[in-house]
Amino acid sequence: MNMVVCCKQVIDPEAPPASFRVDAAKKTVTLPPSISPVIDPYAEYAVEAALRIKDAQGGKITAISLGTGLLPDVVKKPLSMGADELILLEDEAFGTGDSWTTAYALAMAIKRLGDCDLIFCGRQASDWDAGQVGLGIAEILGLPSVTLARKVEVADGKARVERVTDDGYEVISLSLPAVITVSNELGEPRYPTIKGIMAAKKKEPTVWKPADIRVEPAQLGEAGRRAELVKLFQPVREGSCEIVDGETPEEAAASLALKLREAKIL
Amino acid sequence: MSEYSGVMIFGEAKEGKLAAVTTELLGCGRRLAGDLGQELHCLLVGGDVGSLAQEAIAFGADKVYVVSDPLLEAYQADAYVLAAEKVARQVMPQILLVGQTSIGRDLAPRLAFRLGTALTTDCVELALDPTSKLLLKTKPVYGGNAQAVFTSEACPQMATVRAKAMSPLERDDSRQGEVITVEAGLEPSSIRAELVERVAEEVEGVRLEDAEVVICGGRGIGGAEGFRQLEELAGILKGAVGASRPPCDNGWVPSGYQVGLTGKIIAPDFYLAIGISGASQHMTGCSGAKTVVAINKDPEANIFREASYGVVGDWKKILPALTAKIKELMAD
Ligand SMILES: Cc1cc2nc3c(=O)[nH]c(=O)nc-3n(C[C@H](O)[C@H](O)[C@H](O)COP(=O)(O)OP(=O)(O)OC[C@H]3O[C@@H](n4cnc5c(N)ncnc54)[C@H](O)[C@@H]3O)c2cc1C
Ligand SMILES: Nc1ncnc2c1ncn2[C@@H]1O[C@H](COP(=O)(O)O)[C@@H](O)[C@H]1O
Repeated sequence: MNMVVCCKQVIDPEAPPASFRVDAAKKTVTLPPSISPVIDPYAEYAVEAALRIKDAQGGKITAISLGTGLLPDVVKKPLSMGADELILLEDEAFGTGDSWTTAYALAMAIKRLGDCDLIFCGRQASDWDAGQVGLGIAEILGLPSVTLARKVEVADGKARVERVTDDGYEVISLSLPAVITVSNELGEPRYPTIKGIMAAKKKEPTVWKPADIRVEPAQLGEAGRRAELVKLFQPVREGSCEIVDGETPEEAAASLALKLREAKIL
Repeated sequence: MSEYSGVMIFGEAKEGKLAAVTTELLGCGRRLAGDLGQELHCLLVGGDVGSLAQEAIAFGADKVYVVSDPLLEAYQADAYVLAAEKVARQVMPQILLVGQTSIGRDLAPRLAFRLGTALTTDCVELALDPTSKLLLKTKPVYGGNAQAVFTSEACPQMATVRAKAMSPLERDDSRQGEVITVEAGLEPSSIRAELVERVAEEVEGVRLEDAEVVICGGRGIGGAEGFRQLEELAGILKGAVGASRPPCDNGWVPSGYQVGLTGKIIAPDFYLAIGISGASQHMTGCSGAKTVVAINKDPEANIFREASYGVVGDWKKILPALTAKIKELMAD
């Protein structure tokens, strides 16, 4: 079983909301330098899904990250969790794209790898919350796909996937190779072990440039993208909270109830 | 772009009627079509969806395209995308809108890639640029910590739209429209990812998405037992219980309870957040709530930046007293 997991490096989505800043001119979001980037949390669930299959029946897991300014400590996390190889698509040309250019470059990298049974992505990357790249890879490679997986099993050349829906789940059976996007209902990704971290330190990632995966400049960055970001801003919060006090917690609770009654909220 | 004309809504059915999000999209689509001086189309795909066509017209559609086929009985991505692609290529709408639902999330990106166009997911606002007439698509990004506006010159201009972000028109059964049947022309072999089973988890009482009162618990509740107390208060107020992500991830409550970016989008009149820190990914799911009230032991918690009323302290002491007092007030 050869598996690929696509893992994006993103700014930490769980940093305190007050620390997010928007640079309206550059149309970027920044955090204070003290807060390190992370692997997109949903991609960690995707790594976990692949690891569970590897645990059950063996196989090889290749992680791929596309971007600029990739930090070894960050992008090596899938290796320290148990993935076998790491490929970095790192080049300035990959920087200013959109879901199209990203999916295209990842698809071409997967093609170059060849012989791949399962491709895992996160349900959505926590920066732009798009939820498109996994399905884009599937469409570009002409593969079947399932989104929002909470359980993935492989038997007899088929994947059996439980997909989260608004009111429950559905079971989907699909032929391999296939693309699967993973949701948090899968269950917590494992922590890297000390042994895993040591092994990851020693492993050198493979770096591929656009030419290595036969991606033309016209399919990259500004030339290749089909969506234009015209504005980025932070909505203003009115936010004035009345803190209801009391001698004891019980009194505070009672006076909250009265206030809500007065304001006709109850 | 000139060959492309009209605004098309991908319609969804729920319990034999148009889904709420579809009527919202028709309302928004009507406005955009009006501004463009073009028609509003509704696409209905399913096992037997013709009966919903009149409803779509009553909610604003000029033309309804109906694709009915046994292979479309339940949602299966491969078949639905083929059907939607066929109609989109035939009608060539300038704008194509889909609900940000479990179907829309799955269908819209595939359709966009197949049509060679750009999609913006999870939009909360749609407008036309006054000069270029391009669709301005606004969506929360970075878990709700910022908002971005996207455009695209590729047609159809596609967006998925968040539930409750748009308002439906008043239903008007005297409205006239045309119903057009399209053959699906599907082969069973076109389905590569096959639906084996669908499991719907029953909800008792009011549905979270529809509830006017939502009592929501977070990691601070500490376990499944704590949620019994939230249920008690929800019962008194005829509301529903929700949760932030950790209680769902920890199995204290079913995953369907999750409110937020990747959970349910709710807009109740009264939203009580207990033991919830107020992370952006959570708050973006309840930004439509009229009054947010928070109970949290940390006075610095972000939730107090979003709430109208708050009590600082241990919920284990506050909630029973609050419930008792509310019971008393409701009895009057
Ligand atoms: C891409 C992405 C998508 C996400 N989607 C969602 C989503 O859809 N929904 C969602 O909810 N989250 C989502 N999250 C997670 C989100 O970022 C937060 O981690 C989560 O909302 C935190 O939940 P919480 O507030 O319950 O827990 P915490 O942040 O741990 O807060 C617990 C709070 O409880 C308080 N507390 C503890 N004990 C008590 C007590 N005895 N009495 C009173 N107060 C107490 C604490 O002071 C604290 O403020 C997402 C994250 C990512 C990265
Ligand atoms: N630059 C990237 N490098 C590697 N994987 C990515 C990249 N962008 C997106 N992905 C994958 O696609 C998923 C969905 O991303 P998105 O469509 O951007 O929300 C992520 O969770 C990743 O698995």
